[in-house]
Amino acid sequence: MSTAFDHPTYNYRVVRAFTIMTVVWGVVGMSLGVLIASQLVWPDLLANIPYLHFGRLRPLHTNAVIFGFGGSALFATSYFVVQRTTQARLFSDVLASFTFWGWQAIIVAAAITLPLGITQAKEYAELEWPIDVAITVVWVAYAVNFFGTIWKRKMKHIYVANWFYGAFIITVAVLHLGNSAVIPAGAFKSYSVYSGATDAMVQWWYGHNAVGFFLTAGFLGMMYYFVPKQTGKPVFSYRLSIVHFWALISIYIWAGPHHLHYTALPDWTQSLGMVMSLILLAPSWGGMINGVMTLSGAWHKLRTDPILRFLVVSLSFYGMSTFEGPMMAIKTVNALSHYTDWTIGHVHAGALGWVAMVSIGSVYHLLPVVLGLKPGQMHSIKLINVHFWLSTIGTVLYIASMWVNGIMQGLMWRAFNSDGSLTYSFVEAVDASYPGWTVRVIGGALFVLGMLLMAYNVYMTVRSANGKVASLQAEAQAA
Amino acid sequence: MDINTLRSIATPLAFIALVAIAIWTFSKSKKKDFDEAANLPFAEDDDAKRDPSVEKNK
Repeated sequence: MSTAFDHPTYNYRVVRAFTIMTVVWGVVGMSLGVLIASQLVWPDLLANIPYLHFGRLRPLHTNAVIFGFGGSALFATSYFVVQRTTQARLFSDVLASFTFWGWQAIIVAAAITLPLGITQAKEYAELEWPIDVAITVVWVAYAVNFFGTIWKRKMKHIYVANWFYGAFIITVAVLHLGNSAVIPAGAFKSYSVYSGATDAMVQWWYGHNAVGFFLTAGFLGMMYYFVPKQTGKPVFSYRLSIVHFWALISIYIWAGPHHLHYTALPDWTQSLGMVMSLILLAPSWGGMINGVMTLSGAWHKLRTDPILRFLVVSLSFYGMSTFEGPMMAIKTVNALSHYTDWTIGHVHAGALGWVAMVSIGSVYHLLPVVLGLKPGQMHSIKLINVHFWLSTIGTVLYIASMWVNGIMQGLMWRAFNSDGSLTYSFVEAVDASYPGWTVRVIGGALFVLGMLLMAYNVYMTVRSANGKVASLQAEAQAA
Repeated sequence: MDINTLRSIATPLAFIALVAIAIWTFSKSKKKDFDEAANLPFAEDDDAKRDPSVEKNK
């Protein structure tokens, strides 16, 4: 892209690059999601190609959306927010470019190795050890660049969004190093240094905090900057945001054991994980209320501003899924919900409703800014509105069908006849799941359609910004 | 001292720290600082000024 947009103080180049890749990986990762959802409805789809088997594409889907889409959105917004709230240029332009190319190379490496079946088989930590080493190097560069910028800041205070981004960067580093401790057995194979129940606990300490810090803390940083900016008012309560921060980060770290209810994990650990998950409702809702109440006195803006609608509805989904999560962590509820589609529905209430929608809203706000236009000045506001409705309806179809499927599966699996035998065979529950899986494909496809509209809107905005700069340069030369 | 005793102490310490943070946060003397901090996103609203059509026509 042209350097003509370059800001006198800030490094917007890296923000632009990560923003564009947010949209690209969003389209790729979510399309993969629709593909694997279709494979569940039509099991013969691509069934004879081993590289495109559900079992290999599913981790590729999760890696592409979490680390490709979500990761790029976090890099883009954190670099944008940290510069604008410290009024300092990024610590190092070289490190900024390094994190961009390094991170993209890691996602490409995932797209090559996972279909080949090269995996550590740990959820959200599938990538083999050489890629884990690369992630560590890029992450250290990111941390140095982010905290270096905070060090350089011109203002006394560090804005709350940066606290959340900072906690996300530090904690993800710790989680990644802890869970990726392996003994290599060749270039593409390794074994965990942990074993048995300990290995499972370390994995879900990592896994749940990937949700808590990668998919929550970082995106809360986004919320604390973009919701006030798009509303035009400071956050509802800055004090609440501080308590929110410390409470969230000190409680999230304990919640992992709820992924291992009724397993070989010691009972007391399961109960501890359940109790801490229940307590987690308080800081989660504190943050959600803080975001939503920022609109008090400005609710009318929702009528005309689809970007604000994206941000506020993302908070509603955040509130919903952080209520659902603690509820599902209760052992008796978990006995019904675990291993069913309810879990997948819960994840997507968070992933589509919260993470994706807050990112989409933030991208629509910041992309015009880094192109030298006004915040939110996209090519078409109408298309943003259509995108908003496609995303909302898509998410609702997705999670509602998974609730129905999940509760049905849980009830069918635990149904007994009077003589103690099981009422249903497993395959009967599979058969009964087809309607729900079909609705999920439709919901997911609507969401991807919205992302394609976004890609078009982004392309047109970049093109018109480029054209504007080119014509101004021509004018300047003629004069 | 047994390592597990230290581990047990860490839990109430974390809780006390959280309560202390809450008290500190809501102390009256911090109000001015927090108001300043809350307005940081609006400290530099130069987006409109940097619209290229505005910038280059000067």
